[in-house]
Amino acid sequence: MRQVASPSWWIKPVTIIVLVIVALWSGFQLTGVKPVILTTDALLGLLVAGLLFLAAYIKQRSDLLEPWRQVSKRRIPVAAAVILAAYAVIAMIDSVHFRVPLESAGQDKTVHYSVEVSSLLDHFLQQIREQDESTYSAPFAIQLYSKEVVEREDGTVTRDYPRLQYGGAHLQHIDERAADITWRTFSGLIKGVVLWLLIVSVIAFKRSRTMRASFGQVLLGLRNNPDARVLRTIMYTLLVILLLGTVAMELGAVYHIFGTSKVGQDVFYQAVKSIRTGLVIGTLTTLVMLPFAILLGTAAGYFRGWIDDVIQYIYTTLNSIPGVLLIAAAILSIQVYISNNPELFRTAADRADLRLLALCLILGVTSWTGLCRLLRGEALKLREMEYIQAARAFGVSPLTVLGRHIFPNVLHIVLIIVVLDFSGLVLAEAVLSYVGVGVDPSTISWGNMINSARMEMAREPVVWWSLLAAFCFMFALVLAANLFADAVRDAFDPRMRSL
Amino acid sequence: MMAYIIRRALYAIPILIGVNLITFTLFFVVNSPDDMARLHLGVKRVTPEAIDKWKQERGYDKPLLYNSAAGGTASVTETVFYDKSVRLFMLDFGQADDGRAIGQDIRERMWPSLAIAVPALLVGLLVNITFAMLLAFFRASYIDLWGVVVCVIMMSVSTLFYIIGGQYLIGKLMNLVPISGYGGEGINTVRFLLLPVVIGVISGIGSGTRWYRTVFLEEMGKDYVRTARAKGLSELKVLFRHVLKNAMIPILTGVVVVIPTLFMGSLLLESFFGVPGLGSYTIDAIQNQDFAIVRAMVFLGSVLYILGLLLTDISYTLVDPRIRLS
Repeated sequence: MRQVASPSWWIKPVTIIVLVIVALWSGFQLTGVKPVILTTDALLGLLVAGLLFLAAYIKQRSDLLEPWRQVSKRRIPVAAAVILAAYAVIAMIDSVHFRVPLESAGQDKTVHYSVEVSSLLDHFLQQIREQDESTYSAPFAIQLYSKEVVEREDGTVTRDYPRLQYGGAHLQHIDERAADITWRTFSGLIKGVVLWLLIVSVIAFKRSRTMRASFGQVLLGLRNNPDARVLRTIMYTLLVILLLGTVAMELGAVYHIFGTSKVGQDVFYQAVKSIRTGLVIGTLTTLVMLPFAILLGTAAGYFRGWIDDVIQYIYTTLNSIPGVLLIAAAILSIQVYISNNPELFRTAADRADLRLLALCLILGVTSWTGLCRLLRGEALKLREMEYIQAARAFGVSPLTVLGRHIFPNVLHIVLIIVVLDFSGLVLAEAVLSYVGVGVDPSTISWGNMINSARMEMAREPVVWWSLLAAFCFMFALVLAANLFADAVRDAFDPRMRSL
Repeated sequence: MMAYIIRRALYAIPILIGVNLITFTLFFVVNSPDDMARLHLGVKRVTPEAIDKWKQERGYDKPLLYNSAAGGTASVTETVFYDKSVRLFMLDFGQADDGRAIGQDIRERMWPSLAIAVPALLVGLLVNITFAMLLAFFRASYIDLWGVVVCVIMMSVSTLFYIIGGQYLIGKLMNLVPISGYGGEGINTVRFLLLPVVIGVISGIGSGTRWYRTVFLEEMGKDYVRTARAKGLSELKVLFRHVLKNAMIPILTGVVVVIPTLFMGSLLLESFFGVPGLGSYTIDAIQNQDFAIVRAMVFLGSVLYILGLLLTDISYTLVDPRIRLS
């Protein structure tokens, strides 16, 4: 089954990585902003680089490629993958952090930078980000949610719902709103469709080159050909995402489409910013636990004896501590550490970032045991295989056997677990933030949004939009991840298939 | 059998020692008692005297591991480690930061926790198994397909949404049951328990049903099921008399292991519904940064988990006579 690895498989990922780094660097130079690399940014970058390498490696190993090919033939997981990719792109854009230079006031030539660390996404959403109201306002509202003392034009003072500073500020009267929303939605839809047609024609053009058919034929084929079924699913999912995106941008420019929060921040902006937090927890947790789980799991199974005993003891012990409590204990300790060493952190973003990383680390500690146990079992089986016996008989060192022979053959288990764990971790973030041991309260996350929504639901009248926004964004991500994970598991391990 | 249980119980001792060491490291080595005191008293402008007083009141003023001032055995026993960690083995949980005895609190708060957790587990089990058997009965049909889709959708919703949504819909809009709280006599208590139990069950349906369905389907692919069908048994009889019985082993693995941990209560349900159980006790402790209570709960949780593993093994022999423990 296994092909001989072509020696140059790593060239393509290396080129891509170098190109991206060069592009980012020249972008920073041209705009004159000061790049800030938070720890989680660096780790996310590392993760993406790792994924590129993994993809290139899998591509030339037919036994690992086959299951992915099966996944790519089914429509539901493919659609789910497109949604996940959309989330990932937003998270990556949100991970390019920098500090904007301030306009120099005096004569001195030194450039001062803003203390606020912002991301590329912040700049795309600048309009939405900066339109802060004073407190709660409902979705698409043009007035605040609570009465305040307002001065009328004729000088009298009454208690009324004041107009919002930004939301629907261009409207003269509430009656114009429905028409305005319809018109803007329509224009957003048009923009989305145009953008989508552009992408479709680029793809059709590429296909017409490889298939040696005319552009029109390929377009027709995309529409009718049963072979292009999966591609059609991709395109339609993309269309839905693009339409949602353009309509949201179009409406978000002048309205608060999900209302505003207690401090007047746009809830839609919060929900979008939460994507990065959710994805960081879902992916980095796995990234930090993987080395331990793989090394200890395979070593326990391969060496047996006292090494096995020690490793089993470690994971049984860790496993027997209730997860939430271990996380709580660790996060409380980190909190004490942060509050006692304020001099270590230059900006608030640094501090929040350390807490996020700590959460990933400790979630990793509590979640690696399952994978470790699976790998141990697999390694126990593999060590009796002839090819490993042969390697040992030739005097290959144990570490080489682990790296060369055992690891490549347990890779599929690792992949399944990584994908399966993702959605659980995203959900866990919300619960932990509620308990008070999640991300930093200043970090925007779905957990923190839900947490604040708890108080809002008790208000009269009810403030429901934070909860709704968090629900929509989280649900789409977790559902897509669950559907994708199911397909990956079915493809890699027919035995585990949920029939 | 007896010998096996004793051996397993002995095996638990090193694990508990490990748990104890981990919590000790987390609570006393990573952060010294001084740090804790400063956190509680406020970081700025706190006098050393105030810190010493805080530590003395809570017994954190002794050396961590070895007391060179006291001679003989007292050099080991007169330490924070002995006071705060070793005593946990005797189930002596000491005092919370506000001076209440933790052991007493746990004994009192255990009952509300059980009053929610036990019905939620039993009803949940019944509901999940029923749904799973329905799906298994209609396997490979549209009912099955859509059933699984609904399960995946239900799995993708965070428990928090079930709780907040349920509280809002049933409690606030329909005014059927109190939104939160606990108390009253007899039938009155049930009114308070109804909502948490129902929401606990609903939030577990997605993953539970899907898991049991897989178990049933795996069992239905086996030879004895084909034999039973070949004998001419109806599908219902096959399901209830053969498949359900044999599926008990994987079901038990999942259920028995959680039974002891039911004492710990559900963190989310209890704190949302204001039930004075151990779950809300733990959450309050975490939010008030009461390290003594968190430490006690970590240890208690580990003991209960290990107990659950032991019970699982024993229950195997009861359900499946082929398994002999040795």
